[in-house]
Amino acid sequence: MGSFDPLIASGLAAAIPLVYAALGELVAERAGVLNLGVEGMMLVGALAAFAAVAGGAGLPAALAASILAGAAAAAAFAVLTLTLQASQVAAGLALTILGTGVSAFLGRGYVGFRAPATFDDLPVPGLSGLPVIGPLFSLNVLGYAAIAMLALTAWFLFHTRAGLALRAVGESPAVAHALGLRVTRIRYAATLFGGAMAGVAGCYYAVAQFKMWQEGLTSGNGWIALALVVFAAWRPWRTALGALLFGGVTGFGLYLQATGVHFSPFLLGSLPYLATIAALVAVSASPQLLRRHAPASLGKPFFEGD
Amino acid sequence: MIRLARRAAPSRLMLWGAPLVAVALTFVLGAALFAAMGQPPLSALHALFVSPLSDLNGVSELLLKASPLCLIALGLAVGFRSNVWNIGAEGQMYMGAVFATGLAIHFQTRWGAWMLPAMILAGVAGGLAWAAIVAALRAHLHASEILVSLMLTYVAALIVKYLVFGPWQDPAANNFPLTVSFEDNALFSPLMEGIRLNTSLLITLASIPLAWVFMKLSFTGFQLRVAGDAPAAARYAGHSEARAIWIVLLVSGGAAGLAGVTEVAGPIGNLNDRWTPGYGFTAIIVAALGRLHPVGIALAALLMALLYIGGESAQVALQLPKAVSSVFQGLLLMALLACEVLVHFRLQWAPSTRSSRAA
Repeated sequence: MGSFDPLIASGLAAAIPLVYAALGELVAERAGVLNLGVEGMMLVGALAAFAAVAGGAGLPAALAASILAGAAAAAAFAVLTLTLQASQVAAGLALTILGTGVSAFLGRGYVGFRAPATFDDLPVPGLSGLPVIGPLFSLNVLGYAAIAMLALTAWFLFHTRAGLALRAVGESPAVAHALGLRVTRIRYAATLFGGAMAGVAGCYYAVAQFKMWQEGLTSGNGWIALALVVFAAWRPWRTALGALLFGGVTGFGLYLQATGVHFSPFLLGSLPYLATIAALVAVSASPQLLRRHAPASLGKPFFEGD
Repeated sequence: MIRLARRAAPSRLMLWGAPLVAVALTFVLGAALFAAMGQPPLSALHALFVSPLSDLNGVSELLLKASPLCLIALGLAVGFRSNVWNIGAEGQMYMGAVFATGLAIHFQTRWGAWMLPAMILAGVAGGLAWAAIVAALRAHLHASEILVSLMLTYVAALIVKYLVFGPWQDPAANNFPLTVSFEDNALFSPLMEGIRLNTSLLITLASIPLAWVFMKLSFTGFQLRVAGDAPAAARYAGHSEARAIWIVLLVSGGAAGLAGVTEVAGPIGNLNDRWTPGYGFTAIIVAALGRLHPVGIALAALLMALLYIGGESAQVALQLPKAVSSVFQGLLLMALLACEVLVHFRLQWAPSTRSSRAA
C-alpha cells in the first residue's frame, strides 16, 4: 500500500454517493426538469434504508426502500411542477425543507444506533493491492454499481431512441410535443429516476459510509451534486471526474486530520463547499459556453393543455 | 376527469385565496398526521397552536420568533420579485451574528452606550459582506446564486463552530461551545419587565412600511419588479442586470445580518453553535406565503413563529420530536405551491380524456 492509498480510498468513498445523486439529477435536467430537492430526497432515502436494516430487513431491501423513498419524494415534486405547473425552484426548495423535516421527525428513534447490516468492501483479489488504482478495486457493491450506472446512463442518453427523446424534451418541449412525444410523461419518468438515484446516494451514506442515522446526515452533499451537474456540463462521465475531484478534496481534509496536522477540523470541513464554489465559478465564467451546454428548456414549465 | 385550463388573466381572488387554502390544507394534513400517530388530532392541534398563546409570555415568545423571520423575509422578497434566488440568508444571518459578537466580546466593557448601535452596524456589515461574495460571483462571473449562497451557508456555519469551539470560547464555560455572555450594554432591553420580547421588535416594525415604500414607490423598486416580471423589457429599457443583482443581494444580506444581531443581542445573549432554528430558510417560506408583500409577510411570519412555538410545546406536551415544526413548514410550502395553480389555471370538468395516441 502506498502512503497515499488512504487518501485515494477516502476520496472514492466520498465520490460514490455524489456520482449517484448527480447522475440522477443530470437525467432529470436533460429532460428540462431542475429539481433542487436532491438534498431532501437523499435524506429520505437514507432514513428509509437505515430503517429497513434496523428493522431486520436485508441489504437488498434497504436499497429497494431507499429507491422507493427517493422516487416517492420526487413524485411529490413532479406532481407540483409537471401537473400543477408550480415553479421548479420553489418546489425544489420545498422538497428539501420537507425531506429534511420528515427525515428528522421520523428518524428520531434511530439516532445513536449503529446499522446492524452494512455494505462492506469487496476487494478484487490481485487488483486491490495495486498501488494508486488499488482502492478502485476494493469498493463495496454500491461503488461498483455506480461505475455501471455511469456507463448505462451515458449509453441510454446518447445511444438509444428513448435517450434521444428525453434530450429532445429538455431542449425544446414544444417541438417534442409536436413530434408526438409525451413531454409530461417523459419528464415524470426522468424526475422519478432522479429521485431514485438520490435515494441510493442516501442509502450509501446511511448503510455503507457512516453506518448510522443522524439528522442532516448528508450535510449539503445534495447541493454539491447539483453543482456537479453544472460542472460536468450535463455529461455523465464528467460527473464522475467532478465527483472524484470533490471526493478528493473531502478526502484530503480527512487525510490531513489523520496525519495530525494542527489545523481546525471545522475550517478543513469547509473545503468541499469552497471547492464547489470555485468549480462553479470556473465553469460559469463564460456564459455563452454554459448556455450552449445547458438543456435549453431547463427549469421552464411546459403545459400540454394549451 | 378534471383538467386544467389556463386563465386569460391571473385571478386576483386566488392570489390571496391560495395562501389561506394552503394554511387550511396544512392543518388538515397535520391533523391526519397526528391521527396516524395515535394522537387525538384536535386536542393535539390545540396543544400546539392555541394553548401556548394563552398568556402574555406566550405572545411575547411568538413576536420574538416572528420578528427575525419577518426581517429576513422582507429582504428576501425584494430579490424573489426580481427572480434572484438568495437562499443563503441563513449564512448571512450567521455572519451578522459573528461580526456583532466579535465587537461585543472584545469591547463591551469599554464602549458603554455605543456598544449596541455599533453591533447593529457590524451585523449588517457582516450580512452584506457574505451576500456581496454571492453578488460578485453571480453578477460578474455568472455562477448560480442559488448554489453559491447555499454553499456559503455551510461555510458560515463552520466558521461559527470554529470560533465558539476555538478562539472565542468562554474559558469559564467548561468546554461548552459558547462565548462569554453579553453585558447589558450589548443587549436589546426588554420591552416590559418579565418578558423576553425586546426593543429589536421596533426595528422590524419600522422595516415593514420601509420595505413597502422601497418596492412600491422607489424607482429602484420599480426596476427590480420589471426585471422579475419582464426581463426582456428590463434589458430593452437599459436596466443593468448586474446592478439589480447587487442591490437585491445587499438588501437581503443586510436584513439577514441585522436579524442575526437581534438574536445574539436578544434572547440568546451570546454566540454558540446552535442558536438558530433555521430562520434563514424558514424566511423563504414566509416570503412566499406572504406573497412578497410586506403586510402578507408580517402575517406569514406570525404563522411560522406559531409553528416554531407549536413544535416546542409538542416536545413538552406530546413528547413529539421538535422537527414536527419543519414537517409542518414543508407541508405548508408544498400546499401553497399546489394551491397556486388556481391563480393561473381554472379547473375544468372534461367528460372523457381524448387519447392523443395516433390510431
